[in-house]
Amino acid sequence: MSIQATHISKTFGDYRALENVSLTVPDGRLVSLLGPSGSGKTTLLRILAGLEYPDPDALGRVLFHGEDVTDLAPGKRGVGFVFQHYALFRHMTVEKNISFGLRAMPLSKRPSTDEIRKRVNHLLELVQLNGLNKRYPSELSGGQRQRVALARALAVEPRVLLLDEPFGALDAKVRKDLRRWLRTFQEEIQITTIFVTHDQEEALELADEVVVMNNARIEQVGSPQEVYDKPKSPFVIEFLGNVNRFRAGDSHHSTAEAGVLYVRPHDVEIQPSGATPHQQAIPAKVLHIFSAGNFARVALERIGTHEHFEAEVPRERLRELALEQGHTVTATFRHIRLFEKNGFIEDTNLLAP
Amino acid sequence: METRKKTKRRPSRRILPGFGLTMGITVTYLTLLVLIPLSAVFIRSSGMGWDAFWTAITGRQVVASYKVTFGISFLAAATNAVFGFLVAWVLTRYRFPGRRILDALVDLPFALPTAVAGIALTALYARNGWLGQFFYSLGIETAYSQVGIYIALTFIGLPFVVRTLQPVMEDLDAEVEEAAASLGAGRAKVFTQIIVPALLPAMLTGFALAFARAIGEYGSVIFISGNIPLRTEITPLVIVKFLENYQYPQATAVAAVMLTASFALLFVINLLQRWAEKNS
Repeated sequence: MSIQATHISKTFGDYRALENVSLTVPDGRLVSLLGPSGSGKTTLLRILAGLEYPDPDALGRVLFHGEDVTDLAPGKRGVGFVFQHYALFRHMTVEKNISFGLRAMPLSKRPSTDEIRKRVNHLLELVQLNGLNKRYPSELSGGQRQRVALARALAVEPRVLLLDEPFGALDAKVRKDLRRWLRTFQEEIQITTIFVTHDQEEALELADEVVVMNNARIEQVGSPQEVYDKPKSPFVIEFLGNVNRFRAGDSHHSTAEAGVLYVRPHDVEIQPSGATPHQQAIPAKVLHIFSAGNFARVALERIGTHEHFEAEVPRERLRELALEQGHTVTATFRHIRLFEKNGFIEDTNLLAP
Repeated sequence: METRKKTKRRPSRRILPGFGLTMGITVTYLTLLVLIPLSAVFIRSSGMGWDAFWTAITGRQVVASYKVTFGISFLAAATNAVFGFLVAWVLTRYRFPGRRILDALVDLPFALPTAVAGIALTALYARNGWLGQFFYSLGIETAYSQVGIYIALTFIGLPFVVRTLQPVMEDLDAEVEEAAASLGAGRAKVFTQIIVPALLPAMLTGFALAFARAIGEYGSVIFISGNIPLRTEITPLVIVKFLENYQYPQATAVAAVMLTASFALLFVINLLQRWAEKNS
């Protein structure tokens, strides 16, 4: 089931949550809405689910597989919605929670009790919670609750699965496991899925396609690699991964947006002081070394301008260099990005002296 | 090793200080205000001997008053459970002009002297009263009847239900209702299967409080009830009558029965509430 949203605007009183947003999600894709809080991503998801309606005066429409569902009640859209805080029915067992949607169907469509039981068991197997039928939500861990919420959403065989920060309330380890599990699960059942997150790592790891949102608008849509390697705006490069900022050189001041250059920490190379002079090489002082993990992060200060920046250096390289706090080194940059009105340019001689 | 020994020596050190002091004050306070006066009731009545006690508490007039008090209190509390729910619902769910005034109105039965309430209600519901005239033309005697008692007890019980339900309603998770709606449940299903079960424990608490209050109510009832022996006499009035005749042992005997019955009822309601909480 493909999803299409066109010209969606939404205001809450004076607050503009979405401004003329359009989005197309092809059938069977796993798409992430990524953005900081207040960017409108959850509002967009809720509009797709029918839990919120777009501003009536605007032209906003929501189409599922070409069919206009804008005015359809949430229960009639065929969406499965998973909430950040699970929203399980606390007074019902796991079994009753999962079968709620089936039991809520009109008599003519409602499956028999036997059929319902079979489906519940099948779903419990699918989310790897066999045998927990009779438990109450309060007797489950966070990860288990979220999987019950997922099974409950899937019970009515939705055409679309929408998840609002599905892993937000879980601890780091469970979050990672559940994330991988969702990825394989989605590949298996091939259901069009959209999830909201503010965690760029989660979006990049999980999604086929990332929709980066900011300030009630969509900034960029693309594959994880695309949005990471070819960010279209300063916002995208700053939001996805770490990045260093430098003042641009005078020669480019007129064209550069705010005169800021961006360099990813892994594009910074550190060499002993006085190594081959290079156009993009700058002298810097080592402020700090954070050496936990495979890559060490080296905090540096550019000599002369006092700009602070960071480099990611493999542990081995760090040992070769025998770096220590206070050393002076030469930093060279593999990629420098400067944003202009029509995208970014990569150039060599951009740094301010 | 050193530290382990130390913690063993002082196993129950509390982070929050003042347990001893506050607990001491609590026990003294409850003893002076509740326990001693209530036990005096039992001590006084225990001195009169079993036969006299039994005669006092099973007199025809007394038994009739039990029925009136407990029966009508139950009805009034049940009425409040339903309509108080509605009032709390409107006050928490909707935003409308005058909401705060309505909200404040709910507390009036708390604040008004009960005798004032009783006189006001009597004036209103009497045969020639503003409201009474309509009821009387329908053949319903709203003053000097059991209906009158019911009206008074409903009036004084309302705030208990509303004030216990309100905070729980405000805490209801909107997402749970949205989840049910997105699973295809209509408004009626969401209400009966999601909202009511979640509010049931609070509803029972409110009911219990309103019920307990109604059983003990005196001031607002005696004006509107007419105090017709065997028909509209409430138990507290029977006790007062005994007192006026200097029949102190009889008065305490009936009071003891009321206390025991109220305690038993509240205990049962508490059990019910526990059960409801477990299921929600």
